[in-house]
This record gives sequence, C-alpha cells and structure tokens, in this order.
Amino acid sequence: MTRPKLVTSKEAAQGPALEPERLVQIHELMVKARVLEERLIQMYKQGHGYFWIGGPGEEAFNVPLGLMVKKGQGLEYDFHHWHYRNSATLLAMGEDPINPLRQMKNTASDPYSGGRNFVGHFSKREWNICPVSSPIEVQYSMAPGTAIAQKRHGGDGITIVTGGDAGTAEGDFATCLVWSSRKGQEVPLLIIVTNNRWGISTPYEGQHGEERISDRGRAFNIRSRTVDGNDVFASWEALQEAFTYVRAERKPYLLEANVSRLYGHSSADGANLHGEEVDCLKRFEEKLQGEGLLTREQMDAVRRRWTDEIAELARRVREEPLPAPESIWRHVYWEGGKR
Amino acid sequence: MATMAQAIRMALHYAEENLGVTDVFGEDVGPPLGGAFTATQGLKTAWNSPLDERGIVGAAIGLALAGQRPVAEIQFCDYIYNTIDLLKLAGNACWSSNGDWNLPMVVMTIVGSGIRGSVYHSHSFDATMTHIPGWFIVMPSTPLDAYGLMVSACKQDNPVMYLPPKALLRARGEEPIPGEPGDDKQLSKLIDAPPPPADRSKWTPQWPALTGYEVPLGKAKVVREGKDLTVVSYGRTLPLCRKAADAAAEEGISAEVIDLRTLWPYDWEAIQASVAKTGKVLCVNEDTEVTNFGEHLIRRAVSELFYQLLAPPQLLAGKFVPGIGLADPLEMASVPQQPDIARAIRELHAMEP
Repeated sequence: MTRPKLVTSKEAAQGPALEPERLVQIHELMVKARVLEERLIQMYKQGHGYFWIGGPGEEAFNVPLGLMVKKGQGLEYDFHHWHYRNSATLLAMGEDPINPLRQMKNTASDPYSGGRNFVGHFSKREWNICPVSSPIEVQYSMAPGTAIAQKRHGGDGITIVTGGDAGTAEGDFATCLVWSSRKGQEVPLLIIVTNNRWGISTPYEGQHGEERISDRGRAFNIRSRTVDGNDVFASWEALQEAFTYVRAERKPYLLEANVSRLYGHSSADGANLHGEEVDCLKRFEEKLQGEGLLTREQMDAVRRRWTDEIAELARRVREEPLPAPESIWRHVYWEGGKR
Repeated sequence: MATMAQAIRMALHYAEENLGVTDVFGEDVGPPLGGAFTATQGLKTAWNSPLDERGIVGAAIGLALAGQRPVAEIQFCDYIYNTIDLLKLAGNACWSSNGDWNLPMVVMTIVGSGIRGSVYHSHSFDATMTHIPGWFIVMPSTPLDAYGLMVSACKQDNPVMYLPPKALLRARGEEPIPGEPGDDKQLSKLIDAPPPPADRSKWTPQWPALTGYEVPLGKAKVVREGKDLTVVSYGRTLPLCRKAADAAAEEGISAEVIDLRTLWPYDWEAIQASVAKTGKVLCVNEDTEVTNFGEHLIRRAVSELFYQLLAPPQLLAGKFVPGIGLADPLEMASVPQQPDIARAIRELHAMEP
C-alpha cells in the first residue's frame, strides 16, 4: 500500500470532465441546500425551532455524493448511515425541502421523526436512509451490518457511512475499519469522513497524531484517500472512484473530504457565518462564471427562486400542527410501518 | 432431559431452519467452540466475530436494518456495559423514526452468579436493561422455557434481550422439549460436539425433529401455588425460591411462586391476581438492590394494591457492592441463596397487620 493520495482540484480537473448540464444541476442543488440551511438557521433564530444543526459548507462534496447514490429500498440499493450534516445529500437524492423544515418546526407532519428529533436527523426507509441519531459515532458500528447483508445478497448495492473528523476518535470508527476489512470477508462499505477540523470548539490540531484521517485505512488494507471537499470537481472525481471501487470490488473504501463548517457546530455556538472559512459555493460559482457556463445574473436568479420558494414552504410549515401529547406512546414497538 | 444450553441450541437451530434467523454471531459463537457454554454448537448460521462488543451490537442493528434476523451474543453480560448507548439506539430506532424502521434482532448474554466467576463473570443485567425502553426482555429458568422464549424471540419484529442465567445453563429440566429423545446420552450424541482435542471440523450435529413450541412473551408462570404469600422471581433465584417454598410448606407456610419469565413487558395481571389472594409479596432477584427491577414491582404493588396488602412488600436482591468476590463466603454473602430466601419467606409470613 502506498500513502493515501491527496487529490487537489488541479489534479482532478485533469480527470474526466463533468458535463455542463451536470455542473448546472450541481450548482442548483448546492444553492438549494445552502438556502435551506440558511432558512433553518433563520427559523431557529426567529423561534420556529429549538435547535439547529446541519451541513452548510459541505455542499460541494455532499451534492455529488447524493447524485451517485443508487436510490431505493432493500439490499439491491445503497444503505445510508449518516451523521447530521447530510441535508445536501438528501436534496440531491430528490427530497422535497419542505420535510427538513417540518423537522425543524417539530410538526406532526415531520416524516423523519414526527416532531421527535432535531433537524438533520433524517430517516427514510423508502430510500434506505437509516435513522440519524445525535451520537457522533454509532453509525460507524451499525454500517458494517447492512454491508454484510449486501455482500451476502450479491448485486451492486453498497453501504455509505458518514461522520466528522472529531467522531473518528471514538472506538466505533475503529470498529468500522476492523469489521469491514476482515480478510476474505471484506464488505462493500464506503466510509466517509468529512473533516472540518473542528469538534464543537476543539481544533483538530491537538487531538490527532495522524496527519490525515485516511492514513488510518492503511493499517487495514483499506483503499483510502483524502480529497478537497470544497472543490466540486475533485469531490466528483474522488467519489466516482470510490463508488466504482466499492460497487465492483465489494470491499471498503475510506474517503476523507476536507470541508468547511460555515455556520459553526450548531445553534449552541451561535450559528453565525464564519467568513474565515472557504465557501465552496462561492468558489464553484467563480469557476462557473469564469468558464462562461453561468452568468452572475443567472446564478442570482437561481438563489432568488429557491429563497422565495423555501420561504414560502417555511410559512406553510408554521401552520402545521404539533404532535399530540398522547402520541408519545406510539411506535415504542413496531406497528407495521408508518401510519 | 436437555440442559438449558442444549435447549437454546435446539431453539436456534429451529429458528434458522424455520423462522428466518440469518446470523447467530459473537465472540467464539461459531466453530470450533460454538459458544463459551456450547449454546451455539453446530448451527449453520453461526459465525465468529471480532472481540468487539460494540461491533457485535452495531452489526446486529445493521443486519436488522437490512431486513435480516440476527441473534447476537455478548459472551458475558459483564461485557455488555460498553454497548449501552447502542442498546438504547436499538430501543429507540422505531420510536425516533416515528414507526418507519423496526429491528427484528435478538441479543443474548448470559447473566448472574453461580460459577464462581468473580468480579467480571458474575454480574446481572436485568436492573440496567429494564431501564431501556423499546425492548422485550426475557430470562428463562428452565430448559423448556429457554426453548420456547427463544422461539418467540426469533419471531419478534422488535429487539429482544435474552438473558440466560449462567448457573442454570447446564441444569436439566423436568419437562422435555418437544422432539428431544428421551435419553440424555442419546441427545448428547446427536447434538454435542466432541470435546477437545477431537477434530470438530468433520463433525455435524444430527438434529432431532423439533417443533415451534413457544412461550409467549409477557406471560409469567405460577410454578407453585400457595395462599399465604407471593414470591416473584426469575432466572437463577427462581428454582431456589421454589425449593425454599417447598421447605416452608413443611413449616405450614403456603407460598405461591411466580416465574416472571418476561421482565418487559411483564405480566402484571399474574402478580396482581396472586397478591390479591395472598396480600403479601416478596421479590427475589440477584441484581444489586438499589434501583432494582423488583423495586419497580414493589412500587407498583404499593401504588395499585395498597389496600389488599397485609404486609410491606419485600425485596431480596444482591448487595449494593461493586462486585461479587471470588471466595465462596464472598459470593454467598453478595447474592441471595436458598437459606436467605427461606428466611425472607418466614419473616414475611410472620408479619401481621
């Protein structure tokens, strides 16, 4: 094994080019995701929700991720074990943005948790999106389970697990590396770490001996790589390589994406814009403008359209009822599905 | 008669053949060992996992999310404590997703004292586990119940915690498991792997024709009828309660003994009916006595049956000390033994309003 490669946008740009239509689609989804997160933050600040947490700043990586998913229910399709920063992935998979707004407002109509859980804690069995929970590590312990079932089933469905850099300190991350890489029993698991270099208020420096988190894959013979997750082109290329490998080889892949945390950890530390962080959307828009794919006016129009539309959805959600108190007793045990 | 370990093994065999169980796994669960207490020998879906309890429970959750039916084993309950947040997660996956996901999984971990297991092979888990909603929790005290509860557990669409008392794993029952041959030696020859150093790689079990005999979850069993007082117990202390009650009968005390079998959701009707008759209740188990499950039963008895009570409900449980010491006098002093139960029965019987 060689050292995991750091793929820069310059290198990635030499790879297979993204079609213009695809770039326009990615741009629109990134804008939509950003506008959604900014609306969620605003809802929190206006008292239309108790708590905000999400993924603004990860769109350049999370949108391409969502676009590559084999979406559906059951072992033939990709399984998802996410942390709470994957809204852009969910939108890229085709989700209606009203649903995260409902979860923010904890309405009875929230399809992910019926008003029971924080925003960003998605669950959608129809698309194999397993319930997201607040502990930042448990998904790494569960993910090998779905991947074991997929390996046994055959086909090309894979499991995708995401988490942050701070969470890799937990034992569950080691569990994930150990269980996915057992010799002769490797499983089709795409292990993603979005590294924003923060654990709430604690910087990456000072808590890690490893230079890159992807270095940890080497000890387990897991193909590993670090990518500039603020760059759409680099992310697209790296994800394509990772997806292709995991789908075909039925083996794990560790992909670390360096990303930004644009609005801090959560509403607990203010949810204010951190101008010192790289903004992947700005960077992408400069590129699109430079290449002559979209004009500033066109991009502004996209943002206006989504701002208006999501504002309207947020107004609608405000009128929706909260769950009834007696509903706490529902679904302690399985009732045969969502009703 | 089969031992409890053989009963569990036969139930798991029945479940992998007939109930869709896909994976029986954990540390040393697969060949060659087939479980530290032989409960998983010869099973076609049994496999060995890394020595990683969080990985075991996590994989069970993942397998269940993927529509499989796993039975995961944690070798001793003393080692399940580092998975508690995953057990909580398994218990809340359905509720948190507002009914979108369910987890058809069983976690089996042996509990309790009785093999001189010292600090890390003697503890109980029922007090902690009954604090985690979203699970069914069962503890058998006979091989037949062990079989029937495992069959029911493997049919469940929700997580089930299956807690066999290790002191009873090698004990034989009084009632046969439907399908088992009458002769113990014959049963052993059919389903027990040859002991080391024999080469087990060529061994295959010959399973008897088993049935889907079930013990319904949530149903207690009155194992001894009586009219003076009620003893509610489960697991290792259950047979001790029965023996103590038999002995008390010679002193003219008529004790009813209830084997709870399922701790959650528990059979309140059975307790209620018995206490209405006797007016006196003694809860016996071996987990530590502070915030003990028996305390919950007593709280409910006091709240709901107060005017039917003829004496304060009593709890006989493990001492609230950090461990169970290895030396015989230490273990005997830490968790209820038959003479302790006999004394508690006599004392409760002597109480008058």
